[in-house]
Amino acid sequence: MASNPMSGGQKAPARRLSWNDPDVRSVVYQIVALAAVGLIGWFLVSNTLYNLQTRNIASGFDFLSREAGFAIGEGPIPFEPSDTYARAILVGLLNTLRIAVIGIILATILGTIIGIARLSKNWLVAKLSSIYVEVVRNVPLLLQLFFWYAIITETMPGPRSAFHPLPGIFISNRGIKLPAPSDHFAFDLAGLGFLVALVLAVIVSHWARKRQDATGQPFPVWRTAIALVIGLPLLGWIIGGAPLELDVPRLQGFNFVGGATLTPEFAALLAGLVIYTAGFIAEVVRSGIQAVSHGQWEAAEALGLKRDQVLRLVILPQALRVIIPPMTSQYLNITKNSSLAVAIGYPDIVSVANTTLNQTGQAIEGILIIMAVYLTISLSISVFMNWYNKHIALVER
Amino acid sequence: MKILKTAAAAAVFVLAAQGAYAGATFDAVKAKGYVQCGVNTGLGGFSAPDDKGVWKGLDVDMCRAVAAAMFGDAGKFRLTPTTPQQRFTALQSGEIDILTRNTTQTLARDASLGLIGAGVNYYDGQGFIVTKKLGVKSAKELNGATVCVQPGTTTELNLADFFRANKMTFKPVVIEKMDEVVGAYASGRCDAYTTDISGLAATRATQLPNPDDHIILPEVISKEPLGPMVRQGDDQWLVLVRWALFAMIEAEELGVTSANVDEMLKSENPNIKRLLGVTPGMGKNLGVDEKWAYNIIKQVGNYGESFERNVGKGSPLKLERGVNALWTQGGLMYAWPVR
Ligand SMILES: N[C@@H](CCC(=O)N[C@@H](CS)C(=O)NCC(=O)O)C(=O)O
Repeated sequence: MASNPMSGGQKAPARRLSWNDPDVRSVVYQIVALAAVGLIGWFLVSNTLYNLQTRNIASGFDFLSREAGFAIGEGPIPFEPSDTYARAILVGLLNTLRIAVIGIILATILGTIIGIARLSKNWLVAKLSSIYVEVVRNVPLLLQLFFWYAIITETMPGPRSAFHPLPGIFISNRGIKLPAPSDHFAFDLAGLGFLVALVLAVIVSHWARKRQDATGQPFPVWRTAIALVIGLPLLGWIIGGAPLELDVPRLQGFNFVGGATLTPEFAALLAGLVIYTAGFIAEVVRSGIQAVSHGQWEAAEALGLKRDQVLRLVILPQALRVIIPPMTSQYLNITKNSSLAVAIGYPDIVSVANTTLNQTGQAIEGILIIMAVYLTISLSISVFMNWYNKHIALVER
Repeated sequence: MKILKTAAAAAVFVLAAQGAYAGATFDAVKAKGYVQCGVNTGLGGFSAPDDKGVWKGLDVDMCRAVAAAMFGDAGKFRLTPTTPQQRFTALQSGEIDILTRNTTQTLARDASLGLIGAGVNYYDGQGFIVTKKLGVKSAKELNGATVCVQPGTTTELNLADFFRANKMTFKPVVIEKMDEVVGAYASGRCDAYTTDISGLAATRATQLPNPDDHIILPEVISKEPLGPMVRQGDDQWLVLVRWALFAMIEAEELGVTSANVDEMLKSENPNIKRLLGVTPGMGKNLGVDEKWAYNIIKQVGNYGESFERNVGKGSPLKLERGVNALWTQGGLMYAWPVR
């Protein structure tokens, strides 16, 4: 086997296909494996189609372009019952993304605060945060969702006697009604300004880091970013003519019209997911910080760094290495747990796809759509977090 | 999770052996020794446990009638509670043998689910319930309302149709479980709750804390013929279910009740003799005992008895017979001739 035909200046003999050749064997094995997977897949698909057909059950994805016929309670894009199933599913998907993104941001903030609080030298603060973690992690999420939903719908007054804490703001069992920017060009400009500000902030922070690396001169990145994020939208609004009219909610008949709404369903789902997941994130953060040896603190302080600088420049970068991987799985959990939405009436992808598969009778297609959506979201989160993990990994010199 | 159940049921089609299916339900039920019926998770009058935990109702009676016809014993059945969303997959996948669950017969359900309706045991229509203090007298005044509704129902579609047709807007709150959707309505989250009027009556009588605070609005916005469904492909089974229902209706028309059925065995009326198997032949046609209808009537009662006991005067729902009266009394209940 080990003999090398190329040695000794001899001409290589034409290689014959032989079962004794490990390369040939492995290629053959791979082809066989591939064919087996393909065959099984083909069998499953054709068997399914056959079964559905002999049982007179409709199949295929044509239903997507048919009229949905049902209404959806809320969504970032408008939806009418005369729209298609495809658009209904898109609304569900956007609702899922909305709850997942906002949930991840808030849970990270709350979880980090509580995780750091558990390490506090203040006995009461540390104790309270450990009680929080224990309680929240040990009560099933579904129960917590019902709890928050009941709190909101049972304790809030009806729309006619809504709380009215500030002009234009109404709190009732229909949710929180807020004034919204009206349909004015100036508000579009302001939105654009906000996006530009975000991009500029990222560019500035890169530039500042480079400059500090090169010249040692620090730059007030945070203050600049905040100024941009406030200033540019304001500028857009002023250029647009600084309109003052807002779309203010008002009571008409037995409900509010106009303005923006934070519905009880969204609020309860968000509260439930954030409070529950923050308990897990707190533990991730705490263990991450504790994983950095105490000597790092002492050494950094000995260099004359201030305490917040120690945390930011020395401890957190090291802790993050420990924190990121388990954090990724918490983010995946928020996304997947958001599928409990249907229990309290938030129209997420599962709720909408479920209704769709029920009205069309096409269960397999509906389930496939749901699986594809979660798979894509989960893989995207994983890929992003893996990239981020590499990005912040300590470069060992 | 609900979705897992649906997925598991769907997987049946992926993995099931080809063909090992047609005509099998009748024989399988017979071999099993009981019939498995899909019912509600608990809707007073149709299928709900009483205070001793025994399931009662019009739909449970339908199931018992099939058991009585098949086995001569109305007790040989088991129930599977299903939400609106689970019911059809449960039947398609073979988890249940019949769906007796206030299910509306529609074209799409009859033609695209691989299922088939076997008759109608309650003619209904959809309505709205609101609190009296809302001050609304007609469904046409509901513009801008928030409406609670259960998903996977014809209710959800009719609701959208009704508001569209009347150029009104509404916000749906769609919650999967019946208790939770009724809870959301009761807490004031919604201005109105909508479903079949029989369901509204049941909810008001059995689920809402102060029934008198609520009114059912007069509009009936749809036709909801509720009835049992079976899988396509086993006609013998379909026929048995259909005639179990017809036997109850026919018995009422002929004046045969659970109380007088033994006496009626002596009747000279040829229709009664055929129905009760005194003149044999009908049972043989169906592939069951000649006493099939006798057993249904003796153990379950005729349609009128079942109606009054479950949803009529003898029940908290207090529904009128209305269109569910016999055709001879101006209603729609009409059995085909037993001959
Ligand atoms: N007849 C309608 C509605 C049937 C239906 O499911 N109604 C609801 C509301 S009354 C129900 O029975 N829920 C009981 C449950 O979820 O167990 C249909 O077939 O789609």
